[in-house]
Amino acid sequence: MKAIIIGCGRTGSSVAQHLLDAHWEVVVVDEDAEALSNLGTRWPGRFIVGHGLDIEVLVESGIEGADAVVVSTDGDNTNIVIGLIAQRRFRVERVVVRILDPARAAFFAERGLHTICPTSIAIGALTEAALVSETVASEGASI
Amino acid sequence: MYVLVAGGGKVGANVTRTLLRQGHEVTIIEQRAERFRVLEEEFDYVVQRGDATELHVLERAGIGRPPDLMLAVTGDDEDNIVICEIAQKRYFVPKVIARVNDPRNQTHFDLLGVAPTVCATSSIMALIEHEVPESDFIRLLQLRDDELEIVEVPIGADSPSSGKRVEQLKMPDGTRLISVAREGRSEIATGSTKLEPGDRVLAILQPGCEDELRRVLLKR
Repeated sequence: MKAIIIGCGRTGSSVAQHLLDAHWEVVVVDEDAEALSNLGTRWPGRFIVGHGLDIEVLVESGIEGADAVVVSTDGDNTNIVIGLIAQRRFRVERVVVRILDPARAAFFAERGLHTICPTSIAIGALTEAALVSETVASEGASI
Repeated sequence: MYVLVAGGGKVGANVTRTLLRQGHEVTIIEQRAERFRVLEEEFDYVVQRGDATELHVLERAGIGRPPDLMLAVTGDDEDNIVICEIAQKRYFVPKVIARVNDPRNQTHFDLLGVAPTVCATSSIMALIEHEVPESDFIRLLQLRDDELEIVEVPIGADSPSSGKRVEQLKMPDGTRLISVAREGRSEIATGSTKLEPGDRVLAILQPGCEDELRRVLLKR
C-alpha cells in the first residue's frame, strides 16, 4: 500500500512514521526542506521538497497510484484545496484532510471530503472529561 | 446590487470604492488589523474585520441574504477558492469572481469550477503577446466553458494564404475565420474576402487545431 503525506509537521511526520511501521510505502511532501528532521535521523522513505499545490510535485510523489493521501499542512484552506485536487483530479480513493476550523471541516465533510478536525476532537474530549469529573463529584457527594 | 468583497488589499479597496460610487451596496472583509484600520477610515461601516474563509465572519457580513455577487480577491489563492466554494455551494450566491494570484494555480480554480477568474500576471502576459509582434499567433480570448479560443493571426507577404480568398483556403476542421483587419478597419470575413500581407485575421478554433491553422495561414 502506498501513501502520500503532505505537510510534515508534528502530525504529518507521525502519521508517516505509523504508516511506515505498518509496512506502507510512504512519500512525504513539505515545502520546507528542514521539515525532514521531524521524521527522525533515519527516514528510509522518500521526502520531496515542494508545495502540495504544485501538480508536478504531486505527480513526482506518485499520487496517481497512491492508495491514500493525508493532507496536514499548517493551513486549513491549503489542505482543503490539496484534498479536493487529490480527490477530483487524481481520483485517489482515500483522501484525509486535517481542518482545524470545525465549521469549515463540517461543510467540506458534507461536500464529500474526508475531514479530521482536531479542534472538534479536543472539544469533545475536554467536555467529556469535565462531565466525568462532575459525575465523580456528584457520586462522591451521594456517598 | 449587493456585493460582498473578500480581501481589502489594493484590488478589493479600489473595486469597493468604485462600486460604492456607482450606488451599489458593498461589504468588504479584511483580516489584517492595520489594513482594516486604514480601510475603516475611508469606508466606515462598509468594512468588517475577520477571516473571510470563516463561516461566521461571512454570515456577519451578510452572505446569508445572499449577495448578488461575491468577489474573492485576497492575496491567497487557496483562500479565494475556499471562499467561492463556500459562497456558491453553501449560501447559493449566484455569481462569484475570483482573483488568481499565481497563474500556476489557474488549473485548480478550473478544476473546482470557480469561474470567472482574473489573473493580473496572465493578463499582462497576454498583452505582451499582443504588443510584441514576433509571436505569430496571439491568443485574444479563451472561452473556457465552451472550449474555444479566439486568436489573432498577422498575415505576412510569405504566408501561403496571402493573396487568396477565404473560400480558396482549406480551413482545417474546428477552425473558422471571423474577421480581417486592414489599415485600421475590420470587416467580417466571408468567402470572397481576399487576404493581403499586413492583414490581421481573427480566427476562432477548438483547442488542438492551432498547428493546422498555422500551416494553412502562415507556413508554406
